[in-house]
Amino acid sequence: MARVRVLVGTRKGLFILTADGKRQNWKIHGPHFAGWEIYHAKGSPADPNRIYVSQSTGWHGQVVQRSNDGGKTWETVDNKFAYDGVPETHQWYDGTPHPWEFKRVWHFEPSLRDPDTVYAGVEDAALFKTTDGGKSWAELSGLRTHRTGSQWTPGAGGLCLHTIIEDQQNPKRLFTAISAAGAFRSDDGGKTWKTITKGLNSKYIPDPTAEIGHCVHRIALHPSKPDTVFMQKHWDVMRTDNAGDQWHEVSGNLPTDFGFCIDVHAHDPETVYVVPITSDQQHFVMDGKLRVYRSKTGGNEWQALTKGLPQKDCYVDVLRDAMAVDKLDKCGVYFGTTGGQVYGSADAGNTWKALAMNLPSVLSVEVQTLK
Amino acid sequence: MIRVELPPHLRTLAKVGAEVQLEVAAPVTVNSVLDALEAGYPMLRGTIRDRGTLKRRDFMRFFACQRDLSLEPADAPLPEAVAKGTEPLLVVGAIAGG
Repeated sequence: MARVRVLVGTRKGLFILTADGKRQNWKIHGPHFAGWEIYHAKGSPADPNRIYVSQSTGWHGQVVQRSNDGGKTWETVDNKFAYDGVPETHQWYDGTPHPWEFKRVWHFEPSLRDPDTVYAGVEDAALFKTTDGGKSWAELSGLRTHRTGSQWTPGAGGLCLHTIIEDQQNPKRLFTAISAAGAFRSDDGGKTWKTITKGLNSKYIPDPTAEIGHCVHRIALHPSKPDTVFMQKHWDVMRTDNAGDQWHEVSGNLPTDFGFCIDVHAHDPETVYVVPITSDQQHFVMDGKLRVYRSKTGGNEWQALTKGLPQKDCYVDVLRDAMAVDKLDKCGVYFGTTGGQVYGSADAGNTWKALAMNLPSVLSVEVQTLK
Repeated sequence: MIRVELPPHLRTLAKVGAEVQLEVAAPVTVNSVLDALEAGYPMLRGTIRDRGTLKRRDFMRFFACQRDLSLEPADAPLPEAVAKGTEPLLVVGAIAGG
């Protein structure tokens, strides 16, 4: 029978939740790396036993862990993320030039095809790649040295590259998203990049339709339909059907279109999930109710999913990397909260169950569907 | 042998006890001790000082013989008691965070 492994990165360690394919009875393993912030952990699609973990603290900086046995044992791999050449400057909060400085890895994206190849999205925003399982990292500097790079400005959370998507059908195509620069696409394996921000409208920047400056919180796509990409922006849920060349808003009837996470159903490219958050000033769900919203029409028409989720006195947030879907026949959906809860649905969001209630604040959730 | 006492997170990371002992050629300095430490325990690279600049990380401190040596030049000789191994060099995480 198939099994599911959920990797939960928290402010104080990594937790691994496991269940069989019914997804009713869950075991919690961990904490691994207790006391460290785990911004992200993700397994390789090419070898599910291979897992990469971003481990950091303010004291000791960045450590990278790798497992070759599904999280039973771990080894440290290289943690040197050196910018290519002489790093110049990006724009600081006060408008002055600020040197690029590595702070942490926000996201690991293991290659769809090779367990030794992994992309890393870091703060200050840059894209790195390893082809030797993490023994060494090299920057794909075409992104950071994009002609707009010197104007990129951090959002409140830092200048972070938080989303990396590899196109399953076209190995040369990559998408990335950076807060608060925008979204970018490469069609040559990461050597050169173009901004994909046409159609975005952000009232919090001087020119709302500028090429850069949009605080993109997350982008997601279905592997079978890679030209259709969904975006949760600071405000607005957006959609493109030409790989980012033009976006249009699909917030529709959402109670608020501020939010962080967004994901797509494993088997239906037009079914999308978001968790609306009250506002940029109030980073918690609206009205004390934890509601996932699902659109089965690729946006605009959204339905609140509430069964099994707290509907009063709930004031948690769900961060950008804290939602994921499994690939079982009935698609499972999972998300973690800043209150330390992990919720899962074994029926595509119709009903929910708390898989863990009292973990540290959740930073990231990834799911592995195991055979 | 030079004695180095590590903070708890780094003991776990390096899979060692509170104190490690290192062979360090003279002159014994913060830099030469950390060079030896990182050579013996490569997983500690970057966790006490920056991988590129070798600058002490902001929230790390170096104490020995009841003195804070954090702001001393990293190539300055350490106290004789540390060089002789009668006192440890303490690598300490500063009070920070929640």
